[in-house]
Amino acid sequence: MNQETTDTKQPERVPIMQRIIDNPFLLLFIGVVVPTVFYVVWGIMELVTIPLAN
Amino acid sequence: MKTELFRTCPESGLQFHKPAENLMRIHAVLAVVMLLIGGLSALAVTLTRWPAVHLLPADKFYQLLTFHGVNMLIFWIIFFEIAVLYFCSSTLLKVRLATPRIAWIGFFLMVAGAVVNNLAVFGGNASVMMTSYVPMPANPNFYLGLILFAVGALIGCFVFLGTLVIAKEEKTYEGSIPLVTFGALTACIIAIFTIAMGAVILIPTYMWSMGWISHIDAAMYRLIWWAFGHSSQQINVAAHVSVWYAIAAIVFGAKPLSEKVSRTAFVLYIAFLQLASAHHLLVDPGLSSTWKIFNTSYAMYLAVLASMIHGLTVPGSIEVAQRSKGYTKGLFEWLRKAPWGNPVFSGMFISLIGFGFLGGISGVVMGTEQINIIIHNTIYVPGHFHATVVIGTTLAFMSLTYFLIPVLFRRQVFLPGLAKWQPYIFGISMMVFTLVMMGAGTLGVERRHWDMAFTDAALGFDYPASAYTLMGLVGLSGTAAIVGGAIFVLITVVSVFFGKRVESESNYGTATTRLLKAEPTITPAGGHEAAGKFGFAAPGTFAMAIFFLAVFVVYYAVNWKYLASVWPMS
Repeated sequence: MNQETTDTKQPERVPIMQRIIDNPFLLLFIGVVVPTVFYVVWGIMELVTIPLAN
Repeated sequence: MKTELFRTCPESGLQFHKPAENLMRIHAVLAVVMLLIGGLSALAVTLTRWPAVHLLPADKFYQLLTFHGVNMLIFWIIFFEIAVLYFCSSTLLKVRLATPRIAWIGFFLMVAGAVVNNLAVFGGNASVMMTSYVPMPANPNFYLGLILFAVGALIGCFVFLGTLVIAKEEKTYEGSIPLVTFGALTACIIAIFTIAMGAVILIPTYMWSMGWISHIDAAMYRLIWWAFGHSSQQINVAAHVSVWYAIAAIVFGAKPLSEKVSRTAFVLYIAFLQLASAHHLLVDPGLSSTWKIFNTSYAMYLAVLASMIHGLTVPGSIEVAQRSKGYTKGLFEWLRKAPWGNPVFSGMFISLIGFGFLGGISGVVMGTEQINIIIHNTIYVPGHFHATVVIGTTLAFMSLTYFLIPVLFRRQVFLPGLAKWQPYIFGISMMVFTLVMMGAGTLGVERRHWDMAFTDAALGFDYPASAYTLMGLVGLSGTAAIVGGAIFVLITVVSVFFGKRVESESNYGTATTRLLKAEPTITPAGGHEAAGKFGFAAPGTFAMAIFFLAVFVVYYAVNWKYLASVWPMS
């Protein structure tokens, strides 16, 4: 097998950031997890730890 | 390979898949119906907040305010957004729509939800406003309608995602999806989070309204409800920014200044835009300052950065496209020679300016914990969101509609002379409306109270005369904006149902779903820099950005100074 044939068979390397941006389901995961953790879960933790009035 | 029915629009070159086209049409039509309903109630609300008119009694005011809020902020916009999702997937990727039958189920659920909710409000025992804070109860059908609508919209989002999968499998595009579709994907992702949060809070609230559970914690309700309520408006931001990019490409053949930067800005939206919901809770007890400041400042500013990137790159791309056509004199010939008589462009540009200068800057002020207290729960807040949602989103959607009437509906625009003026009538009066609302809010005029004179109240309060003047201007400018909205509805309805057919032929043909990839239409020789001036690719846009920054800094500083004066230290 010559060098030229080997080169043509190698797929073009896609940068990692582009692979992330091109994956709609990974973006969906980010778009659900980030606000759920920072806004919802953190907020709920703060509310449920309010001490009850005596 | 499966064969499908497609047609190519001879004017735009866009290809429509017949089932997708039918779904886009019906969603767009229902959106305009909701806009009409919301607009009629807007007139009653505006004329009541106008102190000299004070049209409605209290019960009718809150009923119609609920009607207005839900129809405008949820039904009109999300019906249109589902049409945008189908357009950005099936049409822009030149692929068949995934599962059209399931998409129709989603549509009928949305219609059923809108009808059930509106009937509940119309019945008079669901005047709880859009926020429907517990423990204020509404007729259970109010919540049920919202739940049905949300499930239908969620189905639309998954049909969109399915269409992306089909396009990738059938290789109807190469590399990454187009930027406009990527913006629609951003809107879709935010919508899925939003609808999930809606389910988390509205289903228990429905059960509470039915008497199946005894109690819903008010603080918990507000926390989760705003993850739904504010994020639903962030769907709009992502969607109307996508529409800006689309219109820049449609009218000018413009390419983004940098695809990478624009996509990164959309990723910032995906991760951080929803966190801005926290600014509604800045004075709520129980949540720490760390939570409030992280969510509204550190994280939200990343989303603000993204908006500023879009605000720079959309006019920047238009400037580059215009300069490449020879409009190179001075800083602003490209803008002077823009097609200001074309409502597709004029509406989009007014939307961009209004969203950035009025909605964007006021949003940052509201998201800053310290200066938020000056205007929290005043009429400044509706001033802000009318700038973002009405000038930003609604006007952008109106602009796109003028493009879609001949392309999607194959009809000529009715009264084209009036259509030229409509974005100015609507956009400029809405700008005045939001400015005077924010002015009145700065003077403390409350956000939701029916009567700013507090007639017969046990504890009276007198606003300064200037507050009454500003609220009078709210009434005048609001009425003018409603006239602008009515013109849009008139033109759209007559064009679509009674308008003259477009003369060119655009028949359906059986085609494979593997179609040619569209090529960019503008490629300035030597890249963007070759078309620029003073070493900048888009010097006019850069000058506007510096002006924007100056206004931003001055207004922000003025608010801190104002805070110092309302809270004197001794």
